[in-house]
Amino acid sequence: MRAQRQSLRAGGLGAPESLDVVRVRADFPILEQRVRGKPLVYLDSAATSQKPRAVIDAIANYYLEDNANVHRGVHLLSERATQAYEGARGKVKRFINAAHDHEIVFVRGTTEAINLVAQTYGRRRVSPGDEILITEMEHHSDIVPWQLLCEEKGAVLRVAPIDDEGQLLLDEMERLIGPRTRLLALAHVSNALGTINPVRRIVEMAHRRKVPVLVDGAQAAPHLALDMQSLGCDFYAFSGHKLFGPTGIGVLYGRAELLEEMPPWQGGGDMISSVTFEKTTYNKLPYKFEAGTPDIAGAIGLGAAIDYVSALGLSAIAAHEHGLLAYATEALRRVPGLRLIGTAKEKASVLSFLLGDVHPHDIGTVLDREGIAIRTGHHCAQPLMRRLGVAATARASLAFYNRREDVDALVLGLHKVLEVFA
Amino acid sequence: MSSELRDLYQEVVIDHSRKPRNFRKPEGANRSAEGVNPLCGDQITLYLKLTGDVIEDIGFEGAGCAISKASASLMTTALKKKTKAETETLFEQVHSMLTEGPSAKVDPQALGKLAALSGVWEFPARVKCATLAWHTLRSALDGAGAAVSTE
Repeated sequence: MRAQRQSLRAGGLGAPESLDVVRVRADFPILEQRVRGKPLVYLDSAATSQKPRAVIDAIANYYLEDNANVHRGVHLLSERATQAYEGARGKVKRFINAAHDHEIVFVRGTTEAINLVAQTYGRRRVSPGDEILITEMEHHSDIVPWQLLCEEKGAVLRVAPIDDEGQLLLDEMERLIGPRTRLLALAHVSNALGTINPVRRIVEMAHRRKVPVLVDGAQAAPHLALDMQSLGCDFYAFSGHKLFGPTGIGVLYGRAELLEEMPPWQGGGDMISSVTFEKTTYNKLPYKFEAGTPDIAGAIGLGAAIDYVSALGLSAIAAHEHGLLAYATEALRRVPGLRLIGTAKEKASVLSFLLGDVHPHDIGTVLDREGIAIRTGHHCAQPLMRRLGVAATARASLAFYNRREDVDALVLGLHKVLEVFA
Repeated sequence: MSSELRDLYQEVVIDHSRKPRNFRKPEGANRSAEGVNPLCGDQITLYLKLTGDVIEDIGFEGAGCAISKASASLMTTALKKKTKAETETLFEQVHSMLTEGPSAKVDPQALGKLAALSGVWEFPARVKCATLAWHTLRSALDGAGAAVSTE
C-alpha cells in the first residue's frame, strides 16, 4: 500500500494539474474486466464508486495484521487498531478542513448521518409549528428523516423550488426562511442532475437568520475540494463508498458547539464514560455518537481512499472531470432525440437524460449488453422527477478514472438503443 | 444486436409497447388495482369487468418500460372471457416461463402471443417488469384493492 502510494506520487503523473488516466486505471483492478464479452465501461460512480487497490489492500492488511477492538485493549494489536482508526479520523478532518478531530463522527453513511442529526438535534430543537426547509432536488435520504421528525413533532416541512434547468431559486429560498425555520437541509451536489449548489452563499443567507444548515455532501465529496471552515455549514454528511472507499462507513461532520449540546443517539459501549444503574455519564466527542464497536476496517479503508484522492489532487481531478463533462455533454447532444435533464451552469460530472420515447429501463438493459453500466430510474428523488415531469431518467456519472473512450462507447451504445427501438 | 436482446425485444413486444391494446378503462369496470415497481417507477392501473367468475372486459392505464407495457397489453388480450381459475393457471405458466426459461415445464407455444415474453428470463433484472401486470391482476381479482408493489 505504501509502495503504491509512493509510485502514484513519484510515478510521473505529469504536471500537477493533469491526470494520467491510463496510470490511474491501473490502480482499479475491477475496471480491467470484460462484461458480457465487452470491455467494462463503468458510468455509475454516483451510485457507488470503484475502489483503488490501495483501499482494498488497506482493509486486507488491517485484518491480516492489526485486527483488534479499539479504545479498550491494553495489548499491542488494540493499540495499533486504535491508532489506525483514529488516524483515519485525522485524515478525514484534514480532507474536509474541519477545525477539530472530534468534529468527525464515523457513521454508516450519509443516510445515517442525516438521521442522526434529525433524531438528536432535530428532536431537541423542533417543536409543534416549527419548520424544516429542504429543496426540491433532495435525495429521499434528505427528505424522509425530516418528514419523520415533522410527523413526530407536529412541525412543517417546507420545500425550496428549482428552475427548469435544475437550479435552486435562491430568492424563493430566502423567502422561505422564516422565524419558525429550525434547520435548512440541502444537497451540495444533486445526485440526479449534477447541479452544484452555491452552499457557501446559502449558509450565509441562513446564518443571517440564525438558521443552522445541514449539507448532504454524498455527491460532492468525490468531486469538490471541501473546506468546512470556509463553507461555514453546521453539519456535513458524506459516504465512504462514493469516495472510492468501502461501503458501510460514512462521516458526519458537526460543529463542536452543536455536537456538544446534542443528546446521544444510540446507547451502548464506547459512548459512555461511566455507567451505573442509576445514571450514565456520556463520553466526550466524538465517541458520544459512536456506540458499539465501530466499522474499524471501513474507517481505515476510507482513510486510504482519502490518501489516494489527495495524492491525485482534487484540482487535477476537477480539471479532468470538467473536461470530460464538457466532452460528454457535447457528444450526447448530438445523439438524435436525446434530451439532457439538468443543465445547471455549475455541474458535477453527472449526465441525466431521456432518449426519444424509450423508457430509461430499456436504455439501461441495451447498454448493459454493450458492457456499459449506467443507472436508470428515479434516482431516489421521486419529488424531483415529478417536478421535472418525468417518471425516470437514464444517468451516466463520471469519475476521474473515466476517459473519452467511455463516453464514445456510451454514444455508440445509445445508437444501438435507437436501432432496437427504431 | 445480441441474440439475447433480440429475444427480449421481439417484434411483438415492441409493437405492444408502442401500441398497447386495451389501454383504457373499460365501461362497467367493477374491479381495479394499482401496481408499482418502485425500482424504476413503473405504474399500472388495471381494470376488470367481472361477471360472476368470468372476465368480461379488461383494460389498463399507466406508464412504464417496454417490457411492463407489452406484458400488460399481451395479458389483457389473453384474458378476455377467461374464468378466474383459467387466469390463475395462465399466470403460473407465464411465471414459470419468465423465471425458469427453457427449463420450465411449459410450452411457450401453448401460451400464444404471451410467448413473446419468453426472452425475459435471460434478464433477471427485468422479470419484475414483466410480472407487474400479472401481480396487479391477482390483486384486482382478490378485490384487495391495495396498491401492489414488486418489492
